[in-house]
Amino acid sequence: MAADTSQSVAKAAGDDVETDVAARGRSRRTDSNPTERGGKSASGLRRALATHWYAWAMVAPVVLVLGVIIGWPLVRGIYLSLTDANERNVSRTIGVRHIEATYEFVGLDNYVAVLSDPVFLQRLVWTVVWTVACVSITFTLGLVLANMLNRDFRGRAAYRMALILPWAVPGFVSVFAWRFLFNRDNGILNKILDGGGIAAIPWLDDPTWAKFSVVAVNVWLGVPFMMVALLGGLQSIPGELYEAAEMDGASAWQRFRHITLPGLRAVSMTVILLSTIWTFNMFPVIFLLTRGGPGDSTEILVTQAFREAFVSSPRDFAGSATWGVLILALLMIFALVYRRSLRKQGEVW
Amino acid sequence: MRRGIAATALVATLALAATACGGDDKDAAGEAKAGGELSGTVTWWDTSNDAEKASFQKLAEAFTAKHPKVTVKYVNVPYGDAQNKVKNAFSSGSDAPDVIRADVGWVADFASLGYLDEVPAETAKKVDAEFLSQAAASGKYEGKTYAVPQVIDTLGLFYNKKMLADAGVQPPKTLEELKTAAAAIKEKTGKAGLYLRGDDSYWFLPLIYGEGGDLVDAKSKTVTVDNEAGVKAFKTARDLVTSGAAITNATDGWNNMQTAFKTGQAAMMINGPWAVADSYAGDQFKDKANLGIAAVPAGSVKAGAPQGGHDLAVYAGSKNTAAAHAFVEYMTSQEVQVQSAKELSLLPTRTAAYDQPDVKSSEMVQFFKPAVDKAVERAWIPENGSLFEPLKVEYTKAITGASSPEDAAKAAGVEFRKILKGWK
Repeated sequence: MAADTSQSVAKAAGDDVETDVAARGRSRRTDSNPTERGGKSASGLRRALATHWYAWAMVAPVVLVLGVIIGWPLVRGIYLSLTDANERNVSRTIGVRHIEATYEFVGLDNYVAVLSDPVFLQRLVWTVVWTVACVSITFTLGLVLANMLNRDFRGRAAYRMALILPWAVPGFVSVFAWRFLFNRDNGILNKILDGGGIAAIPWLDDPTWAKFSVVAVNVWLGVPFMMVALLGGLQSIPGELYEAAEMDGASAWQRFRHITLPGLRAVSMTVILLSTIWTFNMFPVIFLLTRGGPGDSTEILVTQAFREAFVSSPRDFAGSATWGVLILALLMIFALVYRRSLRKQGEVW
Repeated sequence: MRRGIAATALVATLALAATACGGDDKDAAGEAKAGGELSGTVTWWDTSNDAEKASFQKLAEAFTAKHPKVTVKYVNVPYGDAQNKVKNAFSSGSDAPDVIRADVGWVADFASLGYLDEVPAETAKKVDAEFLSQAAASGKYEGKTYAVPQVIDTLGLFYNKKMLADAGVQPPKTLEELKTAAAAIKEKTGKAGLYLRGDDSYWFLPLIYGEGGDLVDAKSKTVTVDNEAGVKAFKTARDLVTSGAAITNATDGWNNMQTAFKTGQAAMMINGPWAVADSYAGDQFKDKANLGIAAVPAGSVKAGAPQGGHDLAVYAGSKNTAAAHAFVEYMTSQEVQVQSAKELSLLPTRTAAYDQPDVKSSEMVQFFKPAVDKAVERAWIPENGSLFEPLKVEYTKAITGASSPEDAAKAAGVEFRKILKGWK
């Protein structure tokens, strides 16, 4: 049923561009003011301002701060990506001496250069594989653990604490700990394998194993968040539904499939979106565990952007900004597509 | 009355100006020292390793014995992150160190960006006259002196005398001999012959020099890493690992190498004088005499190791340049260099230091000095340091078999030409 509906809407949207535009236009207004769903004109906006002036006043400081700490660097980054700025020609102050900037506007040259370089596509493919693998494994594990913890059993609180622990440890500490475990010659993992008579695994020395390792560490870091979020979702599903289903003779799988999953939908859609964005940009795990290596086999888009900006000399700020803007654009496209596909399934947000 | 004050002030001013001029004519730095006028804080970012840092901190803080009003703030910055950290600090200007210990490959880069204060003329003259010429060359950029060499080094073949004796082999002089020796060691002791560091392209240099190649030719502005000799060097690296002569890692190379060598898991390694102090700390070298050093094994053309080392330089934005320069002069003085040679087996950069008994008696220094004299001088270009990162990627790929030696050499050439714009 659901699949049918979504298809027909998709078709309609595809056939009729106007519907598409209207849908997007409406959604934007919905965003800026959820309560003004029906507002279509400037007068509506004025009315909204008059009614909710206190809300605007409350929001203003946050908007201001966000504008300064996110908006300005963003605008600056986009501008830099259109120039040839590097370490030699940006303005800088050395003691009392001030050197003026001498970089120039070059239009879209940087984008052409990055997109025509095969490196971009290689990094993009691995970044997508890495994101999909991490998010799907993290979500599945989180869901399983949340279900297990949602029952009443002895020591439930202790298990919950233990499972949330990885989240409490600072990320870089965890990653360094894993790096020691993974060490091929002196790491604990290989010592254990050796005890079992299994040959040492080149965890971080072989491109395929290195990819496996970074995914494993990221999953380990990401599961607690998934679990806590989904556990919250599970607890908001009314128990009566399960009771009624049991009365009707539904099996455990049927209950999971028809009550738990739909009940978790709103939560899981949100955490999957968040998790996707975080994983896509997960700099510390890759950088601290493998530095993108061995060779460049685990390099994702953000670590590549870092390499562009901070490793070669003179540092290429324009090139790095270009990578940054491209990453942002990719994520925005993803979020839009994701939201539209949710809307088609009848999810409202 | 008023006029009287004005007159006195005028006389006083004139007198001051006169003395100031006199001071300038004689020796500004000398007078400052004699008067003990230097004061303030000198922050020094040192990049020496864990085994060396305590010794350097002690030497640095002893500066206050000569200049009681100067406080030395010692900060150890791990070598791997240092180039970035220094650049961040220098370009933002806040919390920047006054003095840095820069790898010889970084000086031209920092100087070209305007971050370094020129060495006072007096000191620059001394550098030319009293220091090893190839060490002095590393501190210059476009004919001006920006840094004073602190230590000089090169790579050599470290070997475990006992393990080699047990296997009945001599320290190998060529890579061919190395392979035979490694096979014998494996057979007799079950351990690896050589640990070849696979995650740092500096360790690739002896291989490419051994084939008669180099990374670049600065004179003709040509990238040479991807020529025939370069390809051969990548092949050699791969061959050392696949033939079983060497073991390697693609991550954590420094720690794995030192552990393997110190615990006798590998009988030989290629390393520099900075590894001596740490190696002595290992089980295998409780008897220091067990550590032997030889020239790096020759490739098919020659035996060649890169000239490396560290220079001390003063930040152009330092608020306390006079004290900072005095500190650099002190840290590169004969007595400090002799001390670090004695404690850490590091090689002095002053010619006269080699006549000192403490230096003469150090076997490591005695070995490394002739090696340094023959070491291959690198191209002192601003991009020198940045060539190592793309080279590392390709070297690791080649040594682990993720990419063929030909492809690795080609890719390194492509990356080099991106960095060195306009080079052939």
